[in-house]
Amino acid sequence: MSSETKQILTTDGIPLEVSLKKAERKNKIKAFLLVAPLLLFLIITYVFPIGDMLFRSVDDKMVTQMLPKTFKAMETWDGQELPEEEVFAAFHEDFIKLVEDKREGKLSTQLNYTKNGFKSIIKKLRRASKKFEEGNYKEQIMAVHKRWADVEYWRAIQRRAPEFTGQKYLKGMDMYVNEEGKIVSVEEDRRIHRVLWLRTLEIAFFVTVFCFLMAYPIAHLLATLPMKYSNLLMICVLLPFWTSLLVRTASWMILLQQQGIVNDFFVGIGLVADDNRPEMMYNKTGSYVAMTQILLPFMVLPLYSVMKTISPSLMRAGKSLGGTPFVAFWKVYFPLTIPGIGAGCLLVFILAIGYYITPALVGGASGTLISNQIAFHMKSTLDWSFASAMGLMLLSGVLVIYWLYNKIVGIDNIKLG
Amino acid sequence: MALPKYTEPHYRIWHYIYLTICAAVFFFLIAPLFVIFPLSFNAEEFLSFSDGMKRLDPDAFSLRWYKDMIYGTKNPWGLAAKNSFIIAIFATIGSVLLGTVAALGLSSRHMPYKGLIMAVLISPMIVPLIISGVAIFFFMAKAGLAATHTGIVLAHIILGTPFVVITVTATLSGFDHSVTRAAASLGSDPVNTFMKITLPLILPGVISGGLFAFVTSFDEVVVVLFLAGLENTTIPIQMWTGLREQLSPTILAVATCLIILSTLILVTAELLRRRSERLRGINR
Repeated sequence: MSSETKQILTTDGIPLEVSLKKAERKNKIKAFLLVAPLLLFLIITYVFPIGDMLFRSVDDKMVTQMLPKTFKAMETWDGQELPEEEVFAAFHEDFIKLVEDKREGKLSTQLNYTKNGFKSIIKKLRRASKKFEEGNYKEQIMAVHKRWADVEYWRAIQRRAPEFTGQKYLKGMDMYVNEEGKIVSVEEDRRIHRVLWLRTLEIAFFVTVFCFLMAYPIAHLLATLPMKYSNLLMICVLLPFWTSLLVRTASWMILLQQQGIVNDFFVGIGLVADDNRPEMMYNKTGSYVAMTQILLPFMVLPLYSVMKTISPSLMRAGKSLGGTPFVAFWKVYFPLTIPGIGAGCLLVFILAIGYYITPALVGGASGTLISNQIAFHMKSTLDWSFASAMGLMLLSGVLVIYWLYNKIVGIDNIKLG
Repeated sequence: MALPKYTEPHYRIWHYIYLTICAAVFFFLIAPLFVIFPLSFNAEEFLSFSDGMKRLDPDAFSLRWYKDMIYGTKNPWGLAAKNSFIIAIFATIGSVLLGTVAALGLSSRHMPYKGLIMAVLISPMIVPLIISGVAIFFFMAKAGLAATHTGIVLAHIILGTPFVVITVTATLSGFDHSVTRAAASLGSDPVNTFMKITLPLILPGVISGGLFAFVTSFDEVVVVLFLAGLENTTIPIQMWTGLREQLSPTILAVATCLIILSTLILVTAELLRRRSERLRGINR
């Protein structure tokens, strides 16, 4: 028998193997085509814009494009002493063009980020430049203000030559590149961002811990009670879960205010004096209490769904083998709930670390988080590149947490709903 | 969960402590919502219980703030409610269509790069909302869609689809594919099979995913704060502004309405979940 006759053929004479592969490929394409619309939509409207954030956060072309001739002339300048006439002439040429386009204000804002004191001397230069005579620009520009004769300011301009910069990331860590080009921290009393990062981590961590401590017993109760009772109690978890975040925050604002119900209660039981009501809102306490209550359902639900699958006979077996209820719980029940604990903690921590609305409303100045700072730069200072840089720092933090989680617990061990 | 008679006293005590802790946590979860109800009927302008209310004096209660919510001069709630519903409905339709189709593809065992694609599809749920907000704003600003309904609807579709993908894939995980093969062998074309066989079976999952998408859109405030202009104000934006500036009882009236709405959604979602479990043959 030849090898050809051994091969199994389909009815139309094509080898079965080829035919199967073809069908397989067709199915693959079919499945992919179903996913394609959403995938494409998300890539265009979501994944690319996140990449765009990365680009914006390091993009520093603005000044590069405003002073093209200056930077060309500066290429040979060593930065030790004042630059030569040709740099001044090139700067003058660029500057006149900017004044024509009415863009010199933008230049002064940008240069002022690098070194304070540019705003006024650029204004003075604009006025003086109208009367400039041709030639010898070095002397004429230096005569406008003594800072123009200061080599520090020319070095500051030179530092803006590269098209890309990491300075926004440094700023997010309260660091900057000083005159000698070294990376240093800002003065102690101006380190606002480090405080915010630490506070964000601290609040996210403790909110996760509080949520875990409160969710574990009630998830256990829900999982062990007979259906008719547990369904009723489940509403207590699900109703807040489905209720608007702002409604829940509003109720905490009412409860925690100085003349609010919680304070009334404390006064009523004699815990605090009426004229000495504690501030429970517009500080960290407010953030802790409100965020814990708001995120609690996200801890209860994964825990519940895991506990529901644990057979009660396991605990009975543990006890019958001589373990006290506590030992049986700790050695048998608790290890089985770890996937649920992992999922709940991951979920709550990641939600808490990016929280914005609740801290902004009940947190006050000492309870705000890094997200509030990002929103502030997006909406108020319009420093979008800085907002992007901080957003990406936060995102990489979140991704590190996922990675760690995957290493320690395993992402497949997550159980949701 | 009655204790057996032979339980030793110290375990008995421990059991009652445990029940007390549970009761306290349930109280902590649910009580804040119920503060809003009575205060929204306050006849006075304060956000605490007046003496009249404590005595249950009928004069201390009124519908004043509900009237203000509906008829109040320069009131923003009408426009906000209209916008919120329009945006949420379109966002839900978009999320359900895109999400369900994608979930069908993802559940196929032929799907290549399943893990990676799933990660991309549910990423809007995982990435902190503020970052999504910034990224989506950049896109909408470039596309000229900032401060338009279309832009907000698209943004909410991005945020809503992960929920639909997750709920529908979960429903499909218990799906018996032999029924679609049976339909095909009886001469039904794929579209017909989907409409007559698959869809009715996965409908509970689709609807509960849709409910998630609806609530996500209806509640969403972070992204809308970046995107919305004066014309596209929504209920969450109005609440946010109101809570920041001054907490007026009108907000509590709105909040009460929202709690009633979420109760309705909760009941629907629960009924659907049970129906879905019955259909999938999960009996408890």
